[in-house]
Parts: sequence; C-alpha cells; structure tokens
Amino acid sequence: MERPAWAPSGIDISVPSVSRIYDYYLGGSHNFEVDREAARKAMEFVPGLPKVMQSNRAFMRRAVRFAVDEGVTQFLDIGSGIPTFGNVHEVAQAASPDARVLYVDHDPVAVAHSEAVLAGNAAAAVVAADLRKPADVLGSPQAARLLDLDRPVALLLVSVLHFVEEQDEPHRAVAELRDALPSGSLLILTHASYETMPLPQETVGGAVGVYRDIRNPLVMRPKDEVARFFDGFELVAPGLVKLPEWRPETPVEQEDPYAFSGFAGVGRKA
Amino acid sequence: MPARPSGSGAEPEEPADPDLVLEDRIRRFATIWSRAIFPVTATSLTRPEFEGHLLPWVRELSGALHRRPFDTQPAHRVGAALVDAHCTDPDALSRTLGVVDSYLVLYCGRPGAEPAEELRARCARLQHALAAGFARGLRQRTLTEQEAIARSALAARAAAEEALHATEARFRAVFDGAAVGIGIADLDGNILEVNGTLTRMFGGLEHHLRNRNVTDWVHPEDGPQVWRMYGELIRGERENFRVEKPYYRGDGTALWTNLSVSLLRDAEGRPQYQLALMEDTTERRLLNLRLRYEATHDALTGLPNRTLFFERLDKALAAAGGDARFGLCYLDLDGFKAINDSLGHSAGDRLLVEVADRLQSCATRPGEMVARLGGDEFVALTTRPVGQDDETGELARRILSVLSVPIRLDGRELTVRGSIGLVEGPAGGERSPAEVLRSADITMYRAKSAGGNRYERADPEADARAITRHGLTTALPAALERGEFFIEYQPLVHLGDGTVHGAEALVRWCHPQHGVLGPDRFIPLAEHTGLIVPLGRWVLQEAVRQARFWNRSHSDGGPLRINVNLSPTQLHHPGLVADTVDVLERSGLDPGALCLEVTESALIGADEDLLKPLRQLAEMGVDIALDDFGTGYSNLANLRRLPVSVLKLDRSFTQGMQTHPVDPVDLKIVEGIVSLAHSLQLTVTVEGVETGAQAEQLRELGCDTAQGWYYARPGAPDRIHSLLLADAV
Repeated sequence: MERPAWAPSGIDISVPSVSRIYDYYLGGSHNFEVDREAARKAMEFVPGLPKVMQSNRAFMRRAVRFAVDEGVTQFLDIGSGIPTFGNVHEVAQAASPDARVLYVDHDPVAVAHSEAVLAGNAAAAVVAADLRKPADVLGSPQAARLLDLDRPVALLLVSVLHFVEEQDEPHRAVAELRDALPSGSLLILTHASYETMPLPQETVGGAVGVYRDIRNPLVMRPKDEVARFFDGFELVAPGLVKLPEWRPETPVEQEDPYAFSGFAGVGRKA
Repeated sequence: MPARPSGSGAEPEEPADPDLVLEDRIRRFATIWSRAIFPVTATSLTRPEFEGHLLPWVRELSGALHRRPFDTQPAHRVGAALVDAHCTDPDALSRTLGVVDSYLVLYCGRPGAEPAEELRARCARLQHALAAGFARGLRQRTLTEQEAIARSALAARAAAEEALHATEARFRAVFDGAAVGIGIADLDGNILEVNGTLTRMFGGLEHHLRNRNVTDWVHPEDGPQVWRMYGELIRGERENFRVEKPYYRGDGTALWTNLSVSLLRDAEGRPQYQLALMEDTTERRLLNLRLRYEATHDALTGLPNRTLFFERLDKALAAAGGDARFGLCYLDLDGFKAINDSLGHSAGDRLLVEVADRLQSCATRPGEMVARLGGDEFVALTTRPVGQDDETGELARRILSVLSVPIRLDGRELTVRGSIGLVEGPAGGERSPAEVLRSADITMYRAKSAGGNRYERADPEADARAITRHGLTTALPAALERGEFFIEYQPLVHLGDGTVHGAEALVRWCHPQHGVLGPDRFIPLAEHTGLIVPLGRWVLQEAVRQARFWNRSHSDGGPLRINVNLSPTQLHHPGLVADTVDVLERSGLDPGALCLEVTESALIGADEDLLKPLRQLAEMGVDIALDDFGTGYSNLANLRRLPVSVLKLDRSFTQGMQTHPVDPVDLKIVEGIVSLAHSLQLTVTVEGVETGAQAEQLRELGCDTAQGWYYARPGAPDRIHSLLLADAV
C-alpha cells in the first residue's frame, strides 16, 4: 500500500542525511557521527569535496546577486538543506530589502532547523516538500504567502538535481516548476558531473558509491543532460559552465581544482 | 577595494607618513593572512572580500601589540571571530598562528618604540590568546550547533510522531466512524480487529466476532465463487474480490452484505493481512424482494401477475430437452361483467379473490402456477415433464370443477362459470409466449362462443382462421386504397317470363395471399372497423356505374335493376342519403333502377330516426328490399310502416323445397308470406334457387323474382351483358 500523502515518514537520525553531510563539508557541526562517517568515507575518494561545496555556495552567492541586479527579488530555493552561513536569504536580503525567500527541503530535520533559524524573519520561510512533487511546493500555504507568481521568481536548484534519479523524472519536475513561473523567471542550477571532476571516473565512483550506500544515490549527468533542464529557459552568459567560470569576481586560475567540480548556469524563462 | 598585495614576505618600504605607513603594512599583513587561510575556510566570500573581512582584526592585533598595559583580549576576540567567519578548520588556526608569528612584529612593530624582545614576547602571548579564543569559539560554536541540530532532530521527530499520531487518529476515526463494517484478519482467517459498525451488523456483541475465524462463516447461500476467490486471495493470487454474501447473526438471523475483501501486503510485497469491508444490505435486499414481489404479483389476489407469468412461460418454452412440455389453461369467467355491474366492483373484487384462491388450490403441484392476467382473466401453467396423460386437460377439469361450487357473497350464492382455452406443446418450440397466449385466447373465445363453462383445445386451423381474421382486419384499409376489391353480379330473373330483371352486386376481395374472399369473410370486419362506410360507398358507386352502362347499351330491353347491399353501419351513417343521391346524379341512373338491400335483423326495432333516410330514398324512387326475410323474429305487422317495396325470402325456405316430396307446411308458409307481401304491395324475391322444379314451384306460389345457381352464379359484369343479349334474342 502506498503511504498516504498526509502520513509522514519517521525520523531516523541513525541514517546519514545529505543535508548534514553537506554541513559537515562546510565545517559546520549541524551533523551527527553517522553523517560525518559517511562524509569522511566519501572524502577518502574525493578529498576536495569541501571545496566543491564551497564553490557551489560561492556560485549561488554570485547568482543571487545577479538575480537581484536583474530585478528578481523572489527566491524559491529547493533542496536548501541545513541553513548555514551565506544562505540565500542573507545574500538576497542584504542585496535587496524586498527580497523574499522560500526554502524547500524534504529532510524533516533540515526543515525543523530552518524553521528555528528563520523564526522572526517575515520575508523567509521553509516548507517541507519534495522536488519530485512540484505541486506540493507550489500549493503550500508558505508559497501562497511569500511568492507572487505573477512576478518573476528565481528558482534555485543548487546541488539538488543530482540527487533525483531518472525514474523520478527530474526533467518533468523542473518543467512543471517552469510552467508555474511567469516569464522573466530565472533558473539557477548546479549539477555534479564526471566531466568536471579533477579525478578519474573510477575514483569519483567511490564517492558516488558512498551516497548509493546511504540510499541517497548521486546521479552524475553529462553536460547535455544538465543542459536539458534549461528547456524553456534561455541561458544567460556565459551559459552552462564549470562552477567558478560563471561570472567570476576573482581570477579563475587561482581557484582550487576541486572548485570546478560541477556545472552551473542561469537561465531566463522567455 | 583592498590594495592588491605586492607580494608576500617583501621588506616593507618606508613612506614618509607613519600612519599611512602603518595602514599599508596592516593591509599587507591582511593579504598574507588571507592567502594563508582562504584555502582552508568554508566561506562563500571571495578572497578579496575575505581579506577585507580580516582587516579590522589585523588592526586589533596591531593595536594589542603596543597597548599599555598589555592586554591579550583583542587576540582572544580575533580567535573567536575566525570561528565566526567559518574558519573552523584547525588548519586555519595553525596557519593564522604561523602568519602572526612570522609577520605581526615585522609589519606592525614600531621600530624603536619597544624592545624587540618585548615585542616577540607580546606576539607570542597574543598567539596564545588567539588560539585560546579560537578554541573557545570553536567549542562554543560546536556545542551550539550540536545542540541546535539535536533540537531540530527532536523537533522533527516530535512533528513526525505527532503527524503519525494524527494519521493514526484519523485512521482510527475512519475505522470507528465508518458506516461500513471493517474487519482485519490474518491469512489464516483469524479475526484481529473489527470496528463498531461490523459488531453492530452482527448483533452487537464483539465476542461473536473476536477470536473467530473467517472460514467459520460458510453459509449455505454463499455464491459458488466466494471460497474459491477467498483461497486465491490469501495465497496472494488475487488482490481483492467483491461478492454478495450472507452471514448468520448471533441470534441466527440472516445478515446479507456486500462484501469486499482486499489483500494487504507488507513492504516487501508479501501477503500479510486481509481487509474486509462489509455493507449491510439485509434491508435493501428485503426491500428488493418486496419490490420484486410487488412487481410480479397481483395486488388484489396475491397471484403472480402477467409479468411473472410471462417470465415463467418464457422459461418453460425455452426449456431445452426433448421431453419437456408445457400446458396452459387460459380462463375467462363467464358473465363476470354482469356480476360487476349488478353487485358493484367491491363484490366483483371479492369474487375474484375467491376464484383466485380456488384456482390456486388446483395448481399446487411442482411446476404448476396460476396467474391473474387482469380483469377476470386467469391462466394456469404447468411445466411437468411428459408422461402423465392429459395433464393439462386434467388441470382444466379441476378448474371447472372448483368453479362449479357456488360462491357465497353478501349472503347470496353466485354460480361462477368459466371458459378455458387450453394450449399445450413441447418446450423449445418455435412459438413465442405471445403466440401461445394468443392461441389460448382464441381458443378460450371458442369455448365461450360454444356456450361457456367448458374448455376447448387449441386447434391450429381455428387459430389460423382467427389469426387470418386479425390479419384481414389490419389489411382492409390498404386493400381499399390498392383497389383489391371487385364486384360480381348475380342475375335476378323474372319468374313469370324467365327474363333477366336485374342483378345483385356482390363485393369480393382479391387478397394478395388468400386469393378471392367472399363478403362473409371481410364484411363483418369492415363493419367492425368502420371501413364499411367507404367500402360500401365504393360498391354503390361501382354498381350504379355498371348498371348505367348496361342500361345505356341495352336500352331496348327495359330498365335493368341493380341491387346493392347496405350494412347496418351504413344504415346509421348520416351521409347515406347524400352519398346515394350524389352517386345517382353523377351516373345519371334512374333512382327506380336502384334497389338497396337491408337485412331484416338490421331493421328489427328500428325507430323513426333510423327509418328516415330509407324513407327519403324510397320517396326518391329507390327500392328498399328487406333481405334474409324470415330469419329474424320480425313483427309482421311492422312491415306496413317500413319503407320497403321488396321482400327477399331467405334461402332456408327454398332449401326446404329441395326435398321430395316437398314439406306441405313449408309450402303453406311461403304461400302465406307471398300473399301477405302482395297485399302490402310488396314484390317477393327468392334466393338460392338451384333447380328447375324449385323455380316452377316458386312461380306457382306467386313469387315475383328469383336468383340462384339454377340461373347463374355470381360473375363478371360481361356475363350479365351476355345474358341480357340472350334474353333479347
């Protein structure tokens, strides 16, 4: 029997969570030993994982500022994880006092933590929903309160789509979200890919195996498949590029080799 | 923008302004520091931004290096600030300490202000403080974050438990409040859980259900598939099934349900439980049975009605197998209408109820049924297999016998008789229920017209006749339109001289299937449907036209008369006179050449209103003949007041004269009639003359004209023509 939508899954903190692993990579302590153990295992294969995460965060920061510069001040961040420093709402609200941010995650602990962090922030909220069910995101009361879907929205899918397996139809989910957003909306996206890693695929595959073992499979996609997420969007310059190459503010050649591990791009809905 | 560093480890230059010099050195220090630790931070700031972030801390450290009294607190704060800036990696501390150790005195020391040893010592103590501040900040942050994430995990778990609890509460509410009975059992059939509705359905005592096994509930009226499907379900071969199933309640009464059983599987898909949903349909079923009963039974007598009878008859007729037979008695009470009319409907109804009871007592054997079709029509059906001799006849005799006992009604004894049409035959035949019933109906009428209080057996020929009568009736209107009627003429001969005096027009129907039909076959039908009026008009028109033709082409032989029959309905038709006048005027025939024949019976008891049109016609000169005279009970005295000029003696008189010797009484009667007629100025025509002796005798008795086979059979108009020519010769 399929679990009804209103029946939540249980909370089991003995199972590693990608949100908390991510926090660990970023030097945070919002994690448990199971998370750290998984993270350390993955780092045995790819020691630069923290740099990858940092590079993602740096891209996100540049992209959010870009969005505000473009006049887009509504942000829908799906797969937001454990809120840590330099979050979307911090960057966005620093750049524009009008900025509104809706975080979405399906990890109940991440959501509970976000609620605690965002308490008292009227212009930001979190909703427990799944990227694979866009209707749950768009139909939430928080979305109704924070987002005006008649005005452009910046949809952030940073470091999340590579956790959606093909059978869950990530392209369909993105298209569904796209269709709900007005023209002028932005898609801010990063995605892991073997092509971008400074290591042989077999080595990276070890880290991928760790994620598979914790039942959060990491799906590395080639560039053209990542590009397909932008169907219905027009990529802004410089297009779909390696993370640090997207509108860099400092010389790209000074970046750590691991910082290039992933594609990043921003598209505008026609 | 922070100044771009010119290079690490370079000797500081000596600008003129000491403040500017210090600021420049502070920036250089920040550049070196940021380069050292940026790679090990997790910040999302760019390196230049990060460097700018470090600048105030360099000033703090620089200030602390020289402050008097010496205070390490600023270094402590810087250590903590590093943690706040997400430089939580231990390498960030060691690299920071390395940079401070190597460059703080070099860039921020004021040469000559303090002894070099003191600056080194101060720098060392600042490093200790910075390290302590970092450690304390990191410890604080770690504890805070650990606590925060633990709290979040607890909150999430609490929320999940709450939601789960709400889910369960909702499920419980659905389970408890459902209008359908819900039960869960394991795969061995042991009942694990039942809801209140199910308990109430079974009589309200939970122990009747708990600890019971599903297989205890085998019921004799279970559908044939129920337990097979149950077996498939618990073996995991089917996901669900839905049946109508009866149960015994605790008190032994029947509980009828719409039962839906589903298989519940575990997470791995293995069958685990069975879930039964039951809807109590007992009352609905009773209601349906009652509605079905009402729809198939007669409200007055309680007997099966027409609907049920046809269902059974249908089944009986469709029954396969060579030896299956059916028999049917169609009963109509004799004279029931009179009882109803004289005693009232209520008495009539009670009579029907009594008759129904008696009939029911006649058909008590298996395979027998009695139904009321409506009014006073009943039917008894028997579907017993062949073997018993004349089963159906026996049934009919039983029915007549039970009816022969008088019925007491309101202190009166009523004798009720019935006429029965009996049909029997093999099942699986070609006849439809409607055909069988029609045959029974026709046969019943035969019994009735034979005097009633009897049964008749269906006879295919009699049926065919009746069926043809039905067919003819419906075909009549189209036949007139299509010109299927024609007229034959039979000569009327003067008995005195043997000349042709005229002819009687006799209508025939050339039916496409049945061939030529005489008037006796269709005139009563036309009379019944009213088609006689247009048909009669056509005959009159045609005959008059023909007479006019003869008279014109044969003017020397004196006027030739044409006799046309008028039926009772035509007699009553208000257009009779006008139509006749119209026909005569159009053809130009002398009214005196037309004779309309009216039967004696049509004029019995005729009042002046009915006679008026005939009188009008007679006044115009049209002869009126009284046809079939002597068959009815006419009042001879009445003859005077009828506008009649001709009597046509019925053929029964002439038949009496064919015997040898002729009955003298017959002769006297005819002689008397002729004498009477002549005294009333009426001429006498005789029909059915077949021999010369007859003709001679009738002439001697004084009859005026005759017709019959002796002279000519009815024939085509040209036959008359040739007879006329023969006369003329």
